[in-house]
Amino acid sequence: MKLRKKHTDEKIELSMTALIDIVFLLLAFFVMTFKVSAQEGDFNIKMPTPGNGSAANTSELVMKLRLRSDGNGNLKDILLNENLSFGSDFNALRGKIVQLVGDTSGPSDGEEGPEVEIDLDYDLHYKYVINAITSVTGYKSGDNVVRLIQRIKFAPVRK
Amino acid sequence: MRLSKRTSSAPTELDMTPMIDMTFNLIAFFMLLINFSQAEQNDRVTLPVSELAKPAEVPPEFQIVAHLTNADTVEIGGNIVNLEALRSQLSPELSLLQVSGKTPADAYVVLRGHEATPGGRVQDVIKRFQDIGFEKFALRAKEDVK
Repeated sequence: MKLRKKHTDEKIELSMTALIDIVFLLLAFFVMTFKVSAQEGDFNIKMPTPGNGSAANTSELVMKLRLRSDGNGNLKDILLNENLSFGSDFNALRGKIVQLVGDTSGPSDGEEGPEVEIDLDYDLHYKYVINAITSVTGYKSGDNVVRLIQRIKFAPVRK
Repeated sequence: MRLSKRTSSAPTELDMTPMIDMTFNLIAFFMLLINFSQAEQNDRVTLPVSELAKPAEVPPEFQIVAHLTNADTVEIGGNIVNLEALRSQLSPELSLLQVSGKTPADAYVVLRGHEATPGGRVQDVIKRFQDIGFEKFALRAKEDVK
């Protein structure tokens, strides 16, 4: 059987419409779901259970930081070592910490060094706790971070 | 003078190539920037901000992420957990630690607390984890981009 060859002079055109539609849909999806999110970071605290051998306090200086709430969860007062009051001014607290411990450069995550015990009212909003931890652990100087106190612990829960 | 009109029978074709190239480039850009760390995030948690919050250079080998939401619930791995029965609910993680030859004291507990969560609640959660043997905690905050 002889097969006839079909010859055609017509140019085959690829329809790009569907491809472009899908590509634009993908683009719209990514544009609409794109979210610039800020970086997240951690404050590391080591809190062994009471009675554990590693919980022994080897620090030379333990500062007690009391955070009092106004009853609605907002910060009323910051007290350092039960006698120094800073109102709700975390910058003033940081200034005092700098005076007490001095600036140290470089990481000091070891077991030695000053320590802060944070004692807070139960209902105090967590953001104030983070503010307090930020104030005592260091500050930014240009692009560098000046480290102050790296050892943080919590006092027993106040009910 | 009479001007003769030029008529062309050939259809005008728009060159789509640069547009498609550009569009593919944009898609590639957004795909690369898409945030894959959504698994660690939770819509019901607005983290407090801190100027010192920076991601760790070396992430911990083993970590458990606990979300303290604005609805006063604690979520681990997408499930709301009951703190009274935390040990049993963490049994898969504890088994994994045991298989790896580690103890809870070697693992990190990452606490992602909503900014308005009572601080005492965070302490309660820490205490529950301490009772199981966890010692290392990481309080997570969002970078202050001022």
